[in-house]
Amino acid sequence: MRTKATRLQKLLLYPYGLWAILFIVVPLAFIAYYAFTDNSFAFTTENITRFFTATSSVTAEDGSVSEVHTYLLIFARSLKLAVVSTVICLLLGYPVAYIISRCNARLQSSLITIIMIPMWMNFLIRTYAWMTILQDTGILNSALTALGLSPLHIIGTESAVVIGMVYDYLPYMILPIYSVMAKLDVKLIEAARDLGCNGFSTLRRVIWPLSLPGVLSGVTMVLIPSVSTFYISQKLGSGKFFLIGDAIEGQYVANNLHFAAAIAFVMMIALLTAMALLRALADRKVSGRS
Amino acid sequence: MNKIIELKNITKSFDGEVVLNGINLDVYDNEFLTLLGPSGCGKTTMLRIIGGFAEADEGDVMFLGERINDVPPHKRNINTVFQRYALFPHLNVFDNVAFPLKEKKVPKAEIEQRVHEMLDLVALTGFDKRSVTTLSGGQQQRVAIARAIISKPRLLLLDEPLGALDLKLRKDMQVELKKLQKATGITFIFVTHDQEEALSMSDIIVIMSEGCIQQIGTPIDIYNEPTNAFVADFIGESNILDGVMLRDKLVSFSGQQFVCVDKGFEPNESVDVVVRPEDVDIVPYEKGMLRGVVTSVTFLGVHYEIIVDINGFKWMIQTTDFVDVDEQVGLSIDPDAIHIMKKSKYSGMFGDYSSFSNELDELSDAESESVEHED
Amino acid sequence: MKTASKIYMTLAFIFLFAPIVIMLIFSFNEAKSLSVFSGFSLKWYQELMRDRETLKSVKNTLVLAASASLISTVMGTAAAVGMMKLRRRRVRKAIDTVTNIPMVNPDIITGISLMLMFVFVGRLFGSASSLSFGTMLIAHITFCLPYVILQVIPKLEQMDPSLSEAARDLGCTPVRAFFLVELPEILPGILTGAIMAFTLSLDDFVISYFTAGNGFQTLPIRIYGMTKKTVTPKMYALATLIFFAILLLLLLSNLAERKGEKE
Repeated sequence: MRTKATRLQKLLLYPYGLWAILFIVVPLAFIAYYAFTDNSFAFTTENITRFFTATSSVTAEDGSVSEVHTYLLIFARSLKLAVVSTVICLLLGYPVAYIISRCNARLQSSLITIIMIPMWMNFLIRTYAWMTILQDTGILNSALTALGLSPLHIIGTESAVVIGMVYDYLPYMILPIYSVMAKLDVKLIEAARDLGCNGFSTLRRVIWPLSLPGVLSGVTMVLIPSVSTFYISQKLGSGKFFLIGDAIEGQYVANNLHFAAAIAFVMMIALLTAMALLRALADRKVSGRS
Repeated sequence: MNKIIELKNITKSFDGEVVLNGINLDVYDNEFLTLLGPSGCGKTTMLRIIGGFAEADEGDVMFLGERINDVPPHKRNINTVFQRYALFPHLNVFDNVAFPLKEKKVPKAEIEQRVHEMLDLVALTGFDKRSVTTLSGGQQQRVAIARAIISKPRLLLLDEPLGALDLKLRKDMQVELKKLQKATGITFIFVTHDQEEALSMSDIIVIMSEGCIQQIGTPIDIYNEPTNAFVADFIGESNILDGVMLRDKLVSFSGQQFVCVDKGFEPNESVDVVVRPEDVDIVPYEKGMLRGVVTSVTFLGVHYEIIVDINGFKWMIQTTDFVDVDEQVGLSIDPDAIHIMKKSKYSGMFGDYSSFSNELDELSDAESESVEHED
Repeated sequence: MKTASKIYMTLAFIFLFAPIVIMLIFSFNEAKSLSVFSGFSLKWYQELMRDRETLKSVKNTLVLAASASLISTVMGTAAAVGMMKLRRRRVRKAIDTVTNIPMVNPDIITGISLMLMFVFVGRLFGSASSLSFGTMLIAHITFCLPYVILQVIPKLEQMDPSLSEAARDLGCTPVRAFFLVELPEILPGILTGAIMAFTLSLDDFVISYFTAGNGFQTLPIRIYGMTKKTVTPKMYALATLIFFAILLLLLLSNLAERKGEKE
């Protein structure tokens, strides 16, 4: 209904619309612009080509030297560590979300608040804390030695990076899954029980499919920051495991803005594709309901 | 009597779909007027145009003789009772009712006094400080009414206000609303899709379908003299048959000739014939003007509702005499029980009970109610 | 809860809180070691209080977060109200998509993209370092906006659309109707949005890192600088203080909520 009042309301959208175009859409265009230009802003595909073809020699532990595609390797590693971390977050977080959603309302809100407290700590500090815990002379190893066990070498390995990612992003997995589960009608579970499901098959056939939207957003919320992080790997990987975020940051610090933009551009395209695939997959799974 | 509202040739469409098509309507002072029609007939849109929440594409809205098309809602001396009350949840009963007076900067003492008078009037004395969210449906309804009439509007618009109440409460509120209208002298325009509600409360009923007014009249006129098959079917139960007006006061249908009271049709004009189920008498087979077989009998307390098959047309008849299924019966119809209507686009769409079942009727009722909320 | 659930939850909470508890304990360590506790002392706290640069960055962070959340809350609420009135599906969908971008995009992309634009525009005007408090504020408003909008929209959708009509019917102008009737209804969403914006801004490192000028340092950037070098328990003291500040805030907001429910 186009009355004066609604026309007035629509006007309220203009400041934000302008802002969104200026500071969301245009900057993204700048990534593409920088990615495809050289220092004098002439068109070039060199930055993108460099991403796919640059090589460097790596010395393996046994001393053998091999030639690798620098950025493709970094990209593959980022993806691997991010996927591993996401899967672990899902495995650890799903039961937590489920257990909380079955508690009474009072307890639910307290537990969720507690889950959120570590999120409120700065992630640099959280990551740094793990570094001191996992160090060869850190608390974990002191404790292990005190118990008469042999110390573990974790810091500077991929496991340390994964631990850091899981720790930093676990709440992002728990919260969306929980919020979907908390809205699930208890009667659905009772109905499943009534129709002959035991506890596990209720989970598999009723709760899991209905919680998929939450799982999807949880996976997105963990995968994206862990694939693009540039601090965790520097601290917990002792700088040995360069990730794609580190590559971007490195180029930024070195003031190679055009190449930094090129890496960001490739990552953005890859992520968009991955998300579209994930969504299509989830839609197919959930489509039975709609 | 004064004209409060005149609608002149109002047309309105949404996304290319015509919702109101050339509406002309006069509403007079002190009237209780009901807009009655199935969901999607445009009655709510019409109310919103009068209230100022929608703009007509064409036509004029006149209020006390002045064109008010461009007057915003807050400057119209017209108030609305909304479908789901629209009470302000952050205000208590007193503040809800006092809301329009505060907007008008009425002095505090006067507000106090008028709100209490109003709460007394709607039987909510002592509810001032209660939160509106803790009230029952009926109480919320009263608050909504009190709030809408406290600033003494000339016209009150009520958009299916009783739809959310249960049957018993609904009946009570119908009586109360009617009393309130008489006591305050405010003109009411009431929207409903419930024909019984419309018949029992209104001075004037406006029957609408597909964006057009089908008939305007008193409840008795509309029941006894429906203008077309749509109205006859929508109000009460009707058997509607194809007929031919042989000459004044003589009509033929179902292969028989009947004396009737209508006149003024062309000789041999095709017409729709309405016979209300309660106006048909069951007589022995051999004495019947029409003869047929009983196909179903339903006991409804005050009477039986029976379906009689006459040459393939199923008649509904309400009678207190018991007959059995498969029994052969005769029907007798008095001349003044036969009502003749001109043919319309609704001819042939209604009035045959061959697929009749109570259950189906209820189902379609429930459906139309849930759709109604969306328009 | 069943026993198995209780054990699982306990382990989960130990995992989540172990690093925090360890930091807490070692912030009171007398020695510099971060693995052996040699005695209780407050000296790291004293040292922190003498660290002018860190204290200044705390102030900077608060100023930035307050400005960013205020501006993004006002603009975001207005946008949400406007979005509700969009009847054309395509326009609404386009706006939704753009709004989602800063939430879905990795922070590093948001940071880099804004930085590139700021640098480019700065060069146009011939200034060598175009990054400043202003650019950081723009960046923070930009990534806070979607969260505010996302909190307000559901409240608007839940609200009975006839509330505003009722207010206008009873004598309010559309603007007054908004402030008298709609605003109180959506206020919880606006407040949640404002708090989210504030905390997101407080906590942000990545986007600030790319858009900060030399002269303006926020706490996360300061911490980043500290962790580049060898860390003393001074930073743990800082972390501990932040932790308790957060705890206090949470407690207060919880109390406020409880009180609100009772009323």
